[in-house]
Amino acid sequence: MHAWRSATAVGLRAAFLAAVLTAAFAGSGRADDVQAKLGYCKDCHGPSAQGYRGYMPIPRLAGQQPQYLENQLRAFIEHRRTNNIMFNVAHALKPGMVAALAESFRKLNPPPIGGAPLGLIAAGKNIFENGVPDANVAACAACHGPEATGSGEIPRLAGQLYPYVIKELTGWGHERGQIPARADTSAIMSPVAHSLTKPQIEAVAAFVSELR
Amino acid sequence: MTQNSWSKVAVLAMAFVIGSALASRAESLAVRNCTWCHGGSAQGYTPAPRLAGQRYQYLENQLVNFHAHTRDNPLSRQYMWGAAANLTPQSVRDLSMYFATLPPQAAHDGNWASVALGKTIYQEGMPDDNVVACVVCHGPNAEGIAQIPRLGGLQYTYLKRRLEQWGQGYHAAAGPPMPDISSRLSAQQIEALASYLSFIK
Repeated sequence: MHAWRSATAVGLRAAFLAAVLTAAFAGSGRADDVQAKLGYCKDCHGPSAQGYRGYMPIPRLAGQQPQYLENQLRAFIEHRRTNNIMFNVAHALKPGMVAALAESFRKLNPPPIGGAPLGLIAAGKNIFENGVPDANVAACAACHGPEATGSGEIPRLAGQLYPYVIKELTGWGHERGQIPARADTSAIMSPVAHSLTKPQIEAVAAFVSELR
Repeated sequence: MTQNSWSKVAVLAMAFVIGSALASRAESLAVRNCTWCHGGSAQGYTPAPRLAGQRYQYLENQLVNFHAHTRDNPLSRQYMWGAAANLTPQSVRDLSMYFATLPPQAAHDGNWASVALGKTIYQEGMPDDNVVACVVCHGPNAEGIAQIPRLGGLQYTYLKRRLEQWGQGYHAAAGPPMPDISSRLSAQQIEALASYLSFIK
């Protein structure tokens, strides 16, 4: 009886969570709500969603793949990707908001904010286009596309902030894919991020950060 | 020696005296012009904010913008426009570097009862009200970085006034997003943030 009850409770909780998530990620939000929320996103991510170097690097969302943005917001909510700030942000998104925000960001195309050491770009281009065969690292371009624009759940890297790309590649296994039982696409990048050396990460980050 | 060469010597001597005064840090005339209002060790003296430990690039930006009359709240107009009027780019850099390297002390003058709310807003934001978490840009200990100011330990009245002014349409050295963020804060939330920040060491 007790076991049945707790199983029902877990089931109900899961159903409730699913319902809440479905509501937040489907349909279209009210236009003024969307505008207000968009302004809120841009307070940190920049007026054109070009990203910003605060105390923490805040990623560029402009031109990002909607499917990737949606996946990340879910990952924050479900603690598969750890980030307290973004957990709070994602958690408060009302019905229909995610699709409307993602679509709005997709259309933006500001120039990269720059700031990377330009001397690293040539080495980064080589890694991006050819990988590091000796370290079993595939060419980034193979999945992220020759222009680093991404596709579907694979993110755009073009114009992404230099310190943000470094932070993500350096701390991949500590931030993403945190629920092993619920593996997500972040698992694909895990061995790649692990195999790259710090100078290689910096080089790739410099290269993609300057791509338009 | 002719009268003309004597006057050259006099000018050189004066330049030497003024130059060495500027070079010897604590005693320099330029620094004393600041600490007259900002307090003896630049820890702030109402209404002038603490400068000690403020970020170099932030200080430099403020002086440049006082000089250019961009930062335009009433006290800036009254005091800082004049104070920055005759600064050269080099003296702006020297003063900014000097004050950035002084150790800051916390003002400790906020309202204790509001600290918990202020901490929540600062560290977590208020997502339902579209208020972002201050920590993302200003840092976990409100220490600031580069052009983003240190807020921890500034005086309560200064923090409160600045947060109010952002929403009142005055201009500052920084562009977005502060006017947008501050305009969404209620009087109670501003009071709480200013209180919390005033206690941070």
